[in-house]
Amino acid sequence: MRPVIGVLALQGDFQEHLTALARLGAQGREVRLPEDFEGLSGLIIPGGESTTIGRLIERFGLREPIVAFARSGRPIWGTCAGMIVLAREVDPDTRARTQHLLGLLDIVVRRNAFGPQIESFETELEIPAIGSEPVRAVFIRAPVVAEIGPAVEPLARLPDGTVVAVRQSNLIGTAFHPELTGDDRFHAWFCRLAGEHAP
Amino acid sequence: MEKSTWTTKVGLAQMLKGGVIMDVVTPEQAQIAEEAGAVAVMALERVPADIRREGGVARMSDPELILRIKEAVTIPVMAKVRIGHFVEAQILEAIGIDYIDESEVLTPADDRFHIDKHQFKVPFVCGARDLGEALRRIGEGAAMIRSKGEAGTGNIVEAVRHLRDILDGIRRLQALPKEELMTAAKELGAPYELVREVAETGRLPVVLFCAGGVATPADAALVMQLGAEGVFVGSGIFKSENPQARARAIVEAVTHYRNPKILAEVSRGLGEPMRGLELEAIPAGQRLAPRGW
Repeated sequence: MRPVIGVLALQGDFQEHLTALARLGAQGREVRLPEDFEGLSGLIIPGGESTTIGRLIERFGLREPIVAFARSGRPIWGTCAGMIVLAREVDPDTRARTQHLLGLLDIVVRRNAFGPQIESFETELEIPAIGSEPVRAVFIRAPVVAEIGPAVEPLARLPDGTVVAVRQSNLIGTAFHPELTGDDRFHAWFCRLAGEHAP
Repeated sequence: MEKSTWTTKVGLAQMLKGGVIMDVVTPEQAQIAEEAGAVAVMALERVPADIRREGGVARMSDPELILRIKEAVTIPVMAKVRIGHFVEAQILEAIGIDYIDESEVLTPADDRFHIDKHQFKVPFVCGARDLGEALRRIGEGAAMIRSKGEAGTGNIVEAVRHLRDILDGIRRLQALPKEELMTAAKELGAPYELVREVAETGRLPVVLFCAGGVATPADAALVMQLGAEGVFVGSGIFKSENPQARARAIVEAVTHYRNPKILAEVSRGLGEPMRGLELEAIPAGQRLAPRGW
C-alpha cells in the first residue's frame, strides 16, 4: 500500500507541502484533529507562525497524538515554524510570552534569527543526506538551531557554520522551506523514510 | 545569498495562510492578539471604525507607536501607508516593518497612481475589489492581495462581493480560449502576462486574503469557504465586548472553517460583536473601497 503522509493543517503553508507530495505521486492528508492520524506513515508540520500552530495543537488535543506518533518511530518533519514547534526549547530572547513546544527534538532554536522580513533570503545549500547537488533553500523570518543535543545530527549548515537542518532518529527539522522551491528531493527522501512504516 | 527576492516576499504571505491578521492600536492589544493565535498584527493609531467616525485625514501611524508594538510581540508586524505615498513606505521599510499595506483605509496621497512596489525590499499587500484591480496591484509589485470589503463597518456584504468578483474573474479567464485573453486584459485593465498566467493556473500568483467587515467566527469561515486563504480583522475584535475570546474564536474558525460542529462550539458565549453599519447608512463619498486606481 502507498504510504499516507499527513500534513498538519492548522495554519501555514500546508497546501504547498501537499502539492509537493502530489507531484511525487505520494498520498497526502490534511491533519486537523486527533482522528486524522489514523493510518499515517509520516507527518509534516509546515511553515507558518509557531505561536499560532503551537496554540492550536494544544487547543484541539493534538499534543498526545503527535507525541505518540513520534514514539512509534514514524518520521516527523518540521519546516521553519514546524521545527520550532518540535523543539525542546526556544532561546529566551526570541520566545513569545506563550510559546507551546512539543519538546521532541533535542535542540534549542532561535526564532526569527536573521532580523525583520527584509533580511529573508535564498541561498544554495549542501545537504549530503539527500544528494550531492546543492538545493535552493528559502529562509523566511527563519529560525536557526542554536544548540543541539548528543543524539542530534546536523544535516546542513550555512557557510558561517550555523546549523539550519537536523535529524534525531525519526525526527527532522529544517529552518528553510523545500516546499516553496519546486525541488522535491527533500520530500522524496522523507517519503522514503515514511515508506518503511507503510502498513 | 539573495535577500528580498520575489520568493521571499510572496513566501511570507504563504506562511500567513490559514491565519488571522489583527488590527491593534497599542502594545497591550498586540500581546492579546499574539496570545490568541494571530499570525501577524497590523499596527495603527486608529482602527477603521474610529477613522470613519472621527473623519479628517488618516495618515501613516507614528513610527514610535509602530516600534513599541513591534517590541511587544514576536509575530510579524504590518503597517499601513496611504495610497501612492512612497515616502511613508520608505519610512516603514527603514524601521524594519515586515509587510506594508498600501491601504484605502487611509486618505489617499495620490489620486491617480499607486506606489511602485518593485522598488522596495519590504513586501506589500494591497486591497482589490475585482480581478483587474488585483492584477494591476500585482503588476506594480504587490506580493499579497486582500479583498477590500468596506472597512470599519462590521458588515461582511462588501467583503463577500469583492471576494466573489475576484474569484469569478479568475474562473471566467480559465474558460476563455487563448485568442480572447488580450481583449480580456484590455477590459480588465490588467497586465496581459498576468492575465495569461491566471488563465493557465486558475489562481492569483500571490496569496489572497479577505478583509473589511469580518466581525464573527462565522464571517471568517464564510470567506474561507468562498476561497480566501486567510483573514484580516480590523475593528471586529477590539470593538467587540470580549476581544480575547473573540480573537481566539476567529483564529479557531479559520482553522476549522469547514467543520460546522467546531464553528458552533467556538461561536458560543462571545458577548456582543461590534455594532456594525448598514452600507446604505454610509454616504457614497465616505465609502473607502472605491479608493484605488
